[in-house]
Amino acid sequence: MTRPRFSRKALGIPYAVFLLFFVIVPMLVIVFYAFTDKQNHLSGMNFIKFFSDPTKLSTIAYSLVIALITTAVCLVVAYPVALILARSKMKKKNVILMLFVTPMWINFVLRVNAIRELLNWIGILGEANYFNTILGMVYDFLPFMILPLYTTLLKIDESLYEASADLGGNAFTTFSRVTVPLSMPGIMSGVTMVFLPSMTNYVVSDMLGNSKVTIIGKFIETYFGSDWHMGSMIALILLVVVFLSTMLSGGFKEDENVRGTNL
Amino acid sequence: MSEHIIELQDVTKYFDDNLVIDHVSFYVKKGEFITFLGPSGCGKTTTLRMIAGFDLPTSGKILLNGKDISLLPPNKRPVNTVFQRYALFPHLNVFDNIAFGLRMKKVVNTYRNQKGEEYSRTEKLSKAEISAKVKKALALVDLEGFEKRAISTLSGGQQQRVAIARAIVNEPEILLLDEPLGALDLKMRKEMQIELKEIHRRLGITFIYVTHDQEEALTMSDTIVVMADGVVQQIGTPTDIYNEPANTFVADFIGESNIFNGTVVGARKVKFCGKTFDCVDDFELNEPVDVVVRPEDIVMCEPEKGALKGTVISVVFKGIHYEITALVGKYELVIQSTESRNVGDLIGMNVGANEIHLMKRKYTSNVFDGVITKRNTVEFADGEFECDVTQLYPGSHVDEEDYLVTASGEKIDLTGVEVSVEIGLNDVSISDDETAGGTTGHIISIIYKGDHYRLIVRTDGEEEEDFVFATDDLWNENDYVSVVIPKDKIKLTLKQTEDKKR
Repeated sequence: MTRPRFSRKALGIPYAVFLLFFVIVPMLVIVFYAFTDKQNHLSGMNFIKFFSDPTKLSTIAYSLVIALITTAVCLVVAYPVALILARSKMKKKNVILMLFVTPMWINFVLRVNAIRELLNWIGILGEANYFNTILGMVYDFLPFMILPLYTTLLKIDESLYEASADLGGNAFTTFSRVTVPLSMPGIMSGVTMVFLPSMTNYVVSDMLGNSKVTIIGKFIETYFGSDWHMGSMIALILLVVVFLSTMLSGGFKEDENVRGTNL
Repeated sequence: MSEHIIELQDVTKYFDDNLVIDHVSFYVKKGEFITFLGPSGCGKTTTLRMIAGFDLPTSGKILLNGKDISLLPPNKRPVNTVFQRYALFPHLNVFDNIAFGLRMKKVVNTYRNQKGEEYSRTEKLSKAEISAKVKKALALVDLEGFEKRAISTLSGGQQQRVAIARAIVNEPEILLLDEPLGALDLKMRKEMQIELKEIHRRLGITFIYVTHDQEEALTMSDTIVVMADGVVQQIGTPTDIYNEPANTFVADFIGESNIFNGTVVGARKVKFCGKTFDCVDDFELNEPVDVVVRPEDIVMCEPEKGALKGTVISVVFKGIHYEITALVGKYELVIQSTESRNVGDLIGMNVGANEIHLMKRKYTSNVFDGVITKRNTVEFADGEFECDVTQLYPGSHVDEEDYLVTASGEKIDLTGVEVSVEIGLNDVSISDDETAGGTTGHIISIIYKGDHYRLIVRTDGEEEEDFVFATDDLWNENDYVSVVIPKDKIKLTLKQTEDKKR
């Protein structure tokens, strides 16, 4: 028993310190600010103010709609691509996948700027703000949808498609009864990875929506200029929304595992 | 005609440039249990997949009840498949897996309206009908009460049963089974063999079964189709295939065999292992034949009473019998007997005339198409060999510039001349050293002939030629070897009389 017992646990110390100072403490600070007024007295006013202000409520609803549309468009665009790539017997399919994924490695601001220039050149910058915002978001988040879809679709045993056809399934029924249910984990993780950032990513809406499109992330940024207490409250509400949606999709994933997707 | 539920007419299948099915024709009788048997890569699974519709034939026709279904997609064929690794849907429970096909099925129901007129409607099966059918299928495979179970909680044997239930619940005309018992342990496999046979008897539909296990094929089938290299070797009942193998491949693949080179020395008389035996097969005098004798057909006796006399060199207890190997001169014989002997015992052996199976020797020499090169070597079978080109023209010789000078002094440039190359069975040798010979390939077949092995080496290039030869050395199947042929053993003959002259 001469071996030090703490050796493995000790490896976790740096992360624990990081977690404490950069995640837990700031979170507590946000909670503190959210539930205090400008005189630092405990108050629930920010909460009441948020839910009684139609502008704030409409902004959050608005963010949800934009995020939903972005996610839906990403899913519709990414699924066929991922399916074709996963099922093709091409030797070079990794190269094609790369083409879809490489934009992820280029600086984000640079990419949004490029799209901005492109829209400017076409002449719709400042004309179709919502369309441009969603276009920019789809462009940005598409790889995050393709990758998880591709990896789950790749894992589906080819013989399951054959089994479906053998039992009388045509292309459509095979897709809806075999392909989609079996790729559900990929759909869920793709949706999570696109939906959540597109609720808060105000850089895109600022630069492409000509600052006319306000989403919740932009809202928080504005408040942190003047009213930290309200800003913290909005951030906290967003955190709860995010937490709830993660719970929802996370719970689904666990269920999939129980049913033996990894067979 | 309706007796033949499935008929393959001259079916050929290429995968890219690989020939996997080579002009195969046969038929399957309605209601029979037919097995495609052969080593891996023989084309048996591809044949099954073409009947199921997963692969389409490159040429030829597949007829179902006399109707051409060669290009019909799998969902339009009245056949169902039990897949090798079951292919059960992991996201569905047992009930939903079995009901999968039923839920897509449409049936024509006839009704009577108030006026008493009959009319029919195409409808999906009702929930109650589906439920009843699933229940019946589960009962047939002995899995009552498993409806709600998730697939991942089932054992291999139970998954197997679900896969069978999922296929037969659709009441197919033909059930295709692709090595369905391959993943099960021996005891389970034996049980399932008997159960499958019982299911076949109860349903009365046609079963097409694929396996590489000869014992499984013999146990279960009404008819066996032995395949090798994409070609049907023999079709027959298990008894026929076992007792009257059509060639040495079948003899060697089905059961244990002693295979010898023999010569026909008279009317129904064959000479092998240095002795002459009576036999029942008629062949021409002096015809070289392969002689197959099953180990259980060799009867041991007193040394002086036996047609053959030899020494026991090994005895292995196999449970039901002893496997005794005896050396007769330079030939090895394997004998199966319930009696034991000791190593070193002198024994006599007899074989009844009925038990000596003669088959025409398929290979007596190797013949290839070759081309003479600039350097007066010959190219064939994906390689280049040194040879003696002067044999093409009697009395000729090769001058310093590599021209052939004929007896009459004529100069001939042989470059590009097509020749036929013949090499005797005993003139080929192989080597581990890749550079030792003129071409390289893999050993695709080894058959023991009592005192030597008969090997087939297939070259790796695009010509894929086979070299057949005899050797005393033991090699392994799939060994990568180079083929060595001595210069003077390559027999060349001109293919055309027109020569390039100069």
